[in-house]
Amino acid sequence: MAEPILSLTKVHTYIEQHHILQGVDLSFMPGRATVLLGRNGAGKSTTLRTVMGLTPASSGDIVLKGRAVQAMKPYEVAKQGVGFVPEDQAVLYTLSVEENFRLAMLNENETTWARMETIFQLFPDMKKFWRSKAGVLSGGQKQMLAIARAFVNDHDLLLIDEPSKGLAPIVVDHLIESINHIKNHTTVILVEQNFYMASHIGVDYFILDDGRTVHQGLMADLVHDEGLKQKYLGIA
Amino acid sequence: MTTQTATAGLQEQGGTDFKKVAVWIASVGIWFLPLLWIDPTTYAVLTVAGLAMGMLIFLTASGLTLIFGLMDVLNLAHGAFFVWGAYVGFSLLGALQKVGWVEGAGAAQSISSVLLCLLAALVVGGLMGIVLEKMLVRLTYGSHLKQILITMGASLILVEILKVVWSPNDEVVIVPAAFQGSWDIMDVIITKFRVVAIVVGLAVLGGIQLVMMRTKLGIIVRAGVENKEVVETLGYNIRRVFTGVFCAGAALAAVGGTMWSIFKEQIHPAMGEENLIFALIVVIIGGMGSVTGSFLGAIMVGLAFNYVAYTMPPLALGANIMIMAVILLIRPTGLMGKE
Repeated sequence: MAEPILSLTKVHTYIEQHHILQGVDLSFMPGRATVLLGRNGAGKSTTLRTVMGLTPASSGDIVLKGRAVQAMKPYEVAKQGVGFVPEDQAVLYTLSVEENFRLAMLNENETTWARMETIFQLFPDMKKFWRSKAGVLSGGQKQMLAIARAFVNDHDLLLIDEPSKGLAPIVVDHLIESINHIKNHTTVILVEQNFYMASHIGVDYFILDDGRTVHQGLMADLVHDEGLKQKYLGIA
Repeated sequence: MTTQTATAGLQEQGGTDFKKVAVWIASVGIWFLPLLWIDPTTYAVLTVAGLAMGMLIFLTASGLTLIFGLMDVLNLAHGAFFVWGAYVGFSLLGALQKVGWVEGAGAAQSISSVLLCLLAALVVGGLMGIVLEKMLVRLTYGSHLKQILITMGASLILVEILKVVWSPNDEVVIVPAAFQGSWDIMDVIITKFRVVAIVVGLAVLGGIQLVMMRTKLGIIVRAGVENKEVVETLGYNIRRVFTGVFCAGAALAAVGGTMWSIFKEQIHPAMGEENLIFALIVVIIGGMGSVTGSFLGAIMVGLAFNYVAYTMPPLALGANIMIMAVILLIRPTGLMGKE
């Protein structure tokens, strides 16, 4: 069996005095888009933030491509080849779309600019609003900018936190299409409440509940498992 | 960039651009008001003096606003960098005087002397900034109260050390020959060094704007002002950016100090704190974190100080505080502050 690209073993994370992750075990295989599911407050976002080093793990092991990263600072994790799309469309409003991309480019060379062509095809709006401030973009466009920005480097791993939040269904469809294109190039780990989106992107899934991993499997099986969906996701 | 995209961009941002232009017109236009009671010749002299003073305050304020905007650090040690810069420049001028580059120097030598002093101040200020950030300021991120206390303390210590190294008394600064005296242009007396101050101020503004708007470093700093976490997750060590900005801010304050000492032709150990008050007023008027805002604020403070000092001398400093109060009433975030 192939080596996982990212694995978390018995990871515990505290935010102030709150024990958020209480022993999360996850492993992600390269090239397989995986969705983290679970109720509000289950620890999905915190898991991604812990991998990035934004809320450092207090114990447990996080191994990225064979290297321990649990003690690394966020910028070091990013340099290991991890793209991160935080919750709430964290684009930089006062910067232009162009500057948002330039900021994200770890190497401003020809290869990176060549990738921009692919990005423009995937997200035509980015070209249209290239010189505008990111603040004038619509919610959907901001989300696309945040995802495209993380895709601009040749990263092996892309962590995306709730991209569908607050977006209209038609925009969600466009996002699904784009992320499905991206997942052909890089391993995508998606945190998503919207089961429609999750099931259209994920190949594998994990369910978190109260800061622990409680279930895992193939998304194709979960779609038909009404009992499991009812129990952990509250979907009838 | 093609003209088409340029106009398209302009139209999209039309609203904000108009607002910015309005702020500029209002803040520049109001300074023609004193013409009503000051005769034009005096007005011209005062205006040049005010612009020069504004530019010098801007040197100090620009660093302060960057440090506040990016790092959210209230740096009250800024005055100490300023006064150290002034004394380093003063000592170097004294040394250059011995080789004949100050009094009785030609134009080239005078310019070199001033540039050397500015360079020395820049280096000393920058180094002090790095040390202070790594030793003290770093420990206080996130707590304004701690920052105020620790930078205030550092400032006191630095000024006391300065008194030991130099002296607690006033000293006279010798101005390089080419910058002594003044020009008389149709009865308007223009002191030469005021022109130098204006040129240096504009050069620094241009330099900062160039770095902030046209370089990757500028993008990182502006992004950091808005959202540090995003910058960090994109692969940049924000701590190192912090140290760099603190260093640059301290260096600018030291340069401001040197310029101020030559401008005033004298120095004393308390000049840092006196100037810090102006710089703080300017930063608040301009909007915390905005370099252009600071520039506008500095020009306003410089001009107002001179106009009022001419008409009603005792009111000079008070007038600036009043301007600050009025501006904060209209725009609580300052002229160009984030809303």
